[in-house]
Amino acid sequence: MAKQTIIPFGPQHPVLPEPIHLDLVLEDEKVVQAIPSIGFIHRGLEKLVEKKEYTELMYVTERICGICAFGHNWGYCHAIEILLNVEVPERAEYLRVMWHEMSRVHSHLLWLGLLADAFGFESLFMHCWRLREGILDLFEKTTGGRVIFSVNKIGGVHRDVSPEMLLEISTVIAGMKKEYDELAKVFIEDVSVKNRTVGVGKVSKEDAAALCAVGPTARGSGVPFDIRSTGHSIYGKLGFEPIVEEGGDCYARALVRVKEVYQSMEMIQKIIAEMPEGEISVNVKGKPEGEFMARVEQPRGESCYYVKGNGTKNLERMRVRTPTNINVPFLVSALAGCELADVPVIVLSIDPCISCTER
Amino acid sequence: MASFKMGKMVMRSLFGKPATLMYPVKPAKITEATRGHITINVDTCIFCGICQKKCPTNAITVDRKGRVWSIERMKCIQCNCCAVNCPKDSLLMETTYTAPSAVKITDTFQGPPKEEKAPAAAAAEA
Repeated sequence: MAKQTIIPFGPQHPVLPEPIHLDLVLEDEKVVQAIPSIGFIHRGLEKLVEKKEYTELMYVTERICGICAFGHNWGYCHAIEILLNVEVPERAEYLRVMWHEMSRVHSHLLWLGLLADAFGFESLFMHCWRLREGILDLFEKTTGGRVIFSVNKIGGVHRDVSPEMLLEISTVIAGMKKEYDELAKVFIEDVSVKNRTVGVGKVSKEDAAALCAVGPTARGSGVPFDIRSTGHSIYGKLGFEPIVEEGGDCYARALVRVKEVYQSMEMIQKIIAEMPEGEISVNVKGKPEGEFMARVEQPRGESCYYVKGNGTKNLERMRVRTPTNINVPFLVSALAGCELADVPVIVLSIDPCISCTER
Repeated sequence: MASFKMGKMVMRSLFGKPATLMYPVKPAKITEATRGHITINVDTCIFCGICQKKCPTNAITVDRKGRVWSIERMKCIQCNCCAVNCPKDSLLMETTYTAPSAVKITDTFQGPPKEEKAPAAAAAEA
């Protein structure tokens, strides 16, 4: 047996946007085991729930993460709406799904850029992020914020989107799709991208299912698991089908995200075409009582929001289970047996969001 | 060839304008909906204190007796919660950002003195 060495990876590493630490046990250049440790940016959300009113928590939940801010807020609002027996107007649901899918486009473009950066393709990285700016500008025009939207409320949404604005969104997305075609082609066909991703960090379908992987990470290994396919909110009306790739390697995971951007763009166009008229919010009265677990498909995977109310203005308990939290065992499994030089790409391939994980 | 997939895009970038703005020199893009900072119309404010209660970060302080409304700019998260809940619509979200600062700024607004009810009573007597 070769001599074993332990190399610390993170919490501060050029490839990591956020702090996660991995102890990599190496034999020569091969990783035999990866031992993760998290907890560098714990913020104590569960304790904060005791102090803040349930309406104030809206602003806390959307700050769990900067990239999937809208989904976190939506999941929390949905749970509270169920506890208060509130029926959200249809137009509000359409607007929420539109913003959520726009979040997915910008999150995946951000991730594709980071992946390109991880294997040293700087110009591809910058073009992905340049394209993403278009979506952020649309967010600012419709909600008032580029990252944190503060547009959801319990019982609907705060802001309506005018027909002219909807037309503008449609035009911008259509224009963006043309440019994205060029970028997607690079990710799908380029030799330098394939050299660094094909066959790297392979996890079988059985292992991915056994490790409870979620989101594009699971779908890249052939597990067709997507909360949107349950048809919650208006996804049933949109005829959603999850995108699944069988490869199980970093390339397959990238491919799922590349195709999901197209799917989300199509969904946004469909939502804009079918947007119903009507109210955007209803008045809400009462205090939440009982417990509920809401599930939302974030760009990174399934996210759960457990809410327990006791009839007072403060919730008794609130807990968020985020996709990266669940994908860490998958990451450890994918890292076993890989080359040291491939570690950054594999770590990125699960799209780690540590801020979400540690709440 | 496989490695020239981005040729067109790279050429466009080479001869096009930069995608980024030189921010402090050129002003940032601002839209009608941008949440920049909160302002108050103190003349219509009734100093009820709802905004202080609703503010999730406790950035707003309302002195009902002294008729003073103040906001800690660094604490405010531009969530628009106070403006939504204001019964008199005295609070407004402006589109411009407050200037960067090295110290924590508190903006204070002094309301006009409360109108005396005496003139109305005198008119009724007459």
